[in-house]
Amino acid sequence: MTVSISEFFRETANWAFLVIAVPTLYAGWRTVTSNNIVRAVLYLVVSLGGTAALFFMLGAEFVGWTVVLVYIGAVIILFLIGIMITRAPLGVEADLSHDRSVKAPAALLSTVMFGVVTWALLDAFSNEAIAPFDSTSTTELGLLIFDRFVIPFEVVSFVLLAALIGGIALARMDSEAPE
Amino acid sequence: MNFWLELILKLVAILGFVLTGALVVIYAELKAGSHMQSRIGPYYAGGRWGWAQPLADGLKFLQKEDLAPAAADRTVYGLAPYVVMMSTIAVFVVIPFGPDMVGRDLDLGIYFVLAVSSLSVLGILMAGWSSANKYSLMGGLRAAAQLIAYELPLVLVSAAVVIQAGTMSLNGIVASQAQTWFTVGGVDVSAPFLIKGQIIGFTIFMIASVAELSRIPFDMPIAESELTMGYLTEYSGIRFTMFFLGEYAAMISLSAIAATLYLGGYAVPGVSGNILNVIGPGVMLAKISLLVFIFIWIRWTWPRLREDQLQHLAWRWLIPISLANIAVISIFKVAF
Repeated sequence: MTVSISEFFRETANWAFLVIAVPTLYAGWRTVTSNNIVRAVLYLVVSLGGTAALFFMLGAEFVGWTVVLVYIGAVIILFLIGIMITRAPLGVEADLSHDRSVKAPAALLSTVMFGVVTWALLDAFSNEAIAPFDSTSTTELGLLIFDRFVIPFEVVSFVLLAALIGGIALARMDSEAPE
Repeated sequence: MNFWLELILKLVAILGFVLTGALVVIYAELKAGSHMQSRIGPYYAGGRWGWAQPLADGLKFLQKEDLAPAAADRTVYGLAPYVVMMSTIAVFVVIPFGPDMVGRDLDLGIYFVLAVSSLSVLGILMAGWSSANKYSLMGGLRAAAQLIAYELPLVLVSAAVVIQAGTMSLNGIVASQAQTWFTVGGVDVSAPFLIKGQIIGFTIFMIASVAELSRIPFDMPIAESELTMGYLTEYSGIRFTMFFLGEYAAMISLSAIAATLYLGGYAVPGVSGNILNVIGPGVMLAKISLLVFIFIWIRWTWPRLREDQLQHLAWRWLIPISLANIAVISIFKVAF
């Protein structure tokens, strides 16, 4: 069963989806085409905010706010601090643009990624209607993570631990290095 | 009630509370600060006690020209105050003033508060960078480093409260403090988390809050003697007013969160049911005022720290202590 365009626009939720998704896509596009590195990061913020909003629409409040807290509140801030501590020019930066030999493979790669994700989603759900449900309760989510998925969770935390130790090792290196 | 009508009414109520609250706190700071320094403070505006001083200041700011430096990135420069203001006001959505006197009792409660308040750093960095001024940029960077460092202990001590209460909903946290703790001679005794073992958590929360507000003794981001006014240097007119009001609104919101987490929120021992919706807001306002007064008190009696001392305090003391705090609270939670 395919949904016709007029049917698509009759649903209010689809309008809300478009209002969120179009700016998100535009911001994602501007992130890679912007001529100023700080502006590119700020477009990434809009893009991530849109992603969080899409999670809210899906009823996944916890995941949505995690995107805000971790990605916008921490990762983006670290990006910005890193950029601003080294160099933070205003206006157009000439050396930010690459030539075709880099642009073409990047475009190809992102198109392939888009294709793969789209195919995977269509293959898994196709046009199957998902029954409406209330937003996910945090209690259920916590029980799921710390019960059924506890081993993957622990594995992920080991990756973080390794990254932490690596960070400390890198930061300590220069005091012992002979140079 | 109609969804949109309810939404608009709640928005108007929250905005009205935040803006009048901010003006009242500004007046309190002018007066209390003056008396702590043996001055009288505002005296003539409004005819008596200078009560109209914050209004007069606000109107003066509003009629000033909204300037932007020639080299500034206009769009980002203009948006920055809105980001800071939005992140402050959004917090009030979940603060409960009574069982039903709450914008929206989210299941995520405190998590939502931490997520939206982390956005103010973004606004500050935007302001610092787009001003095209080295003082602004350094002020913005200092602010970001400071807010990140102190957000960690804030999150960790809040997590300890969540563990003790067993819920992240702010209404749930208040309810769990109103529960009977023990019974003496047939009288049910309930106590806020401050008494039930969260005194260390409360102290760290207050210290981290002062740092999050960039107030003395943690006001290095806008240290006048070194950085003129930090990321605020180039702002004037209505945009400066938004930063200024936002700072005082954040003071109220952090006090309200601390009152909810540690002081029992709107709960009154022995009172339950609908009557709490009437007296709850008053109880909550009294607790908020008390904490706001402590913030003012600290500001006018403490010297400023040095930048490295600030980072040492956060990373070497507050974060390890709040981690230990979580461990101890969890052990007690499981054992009793």
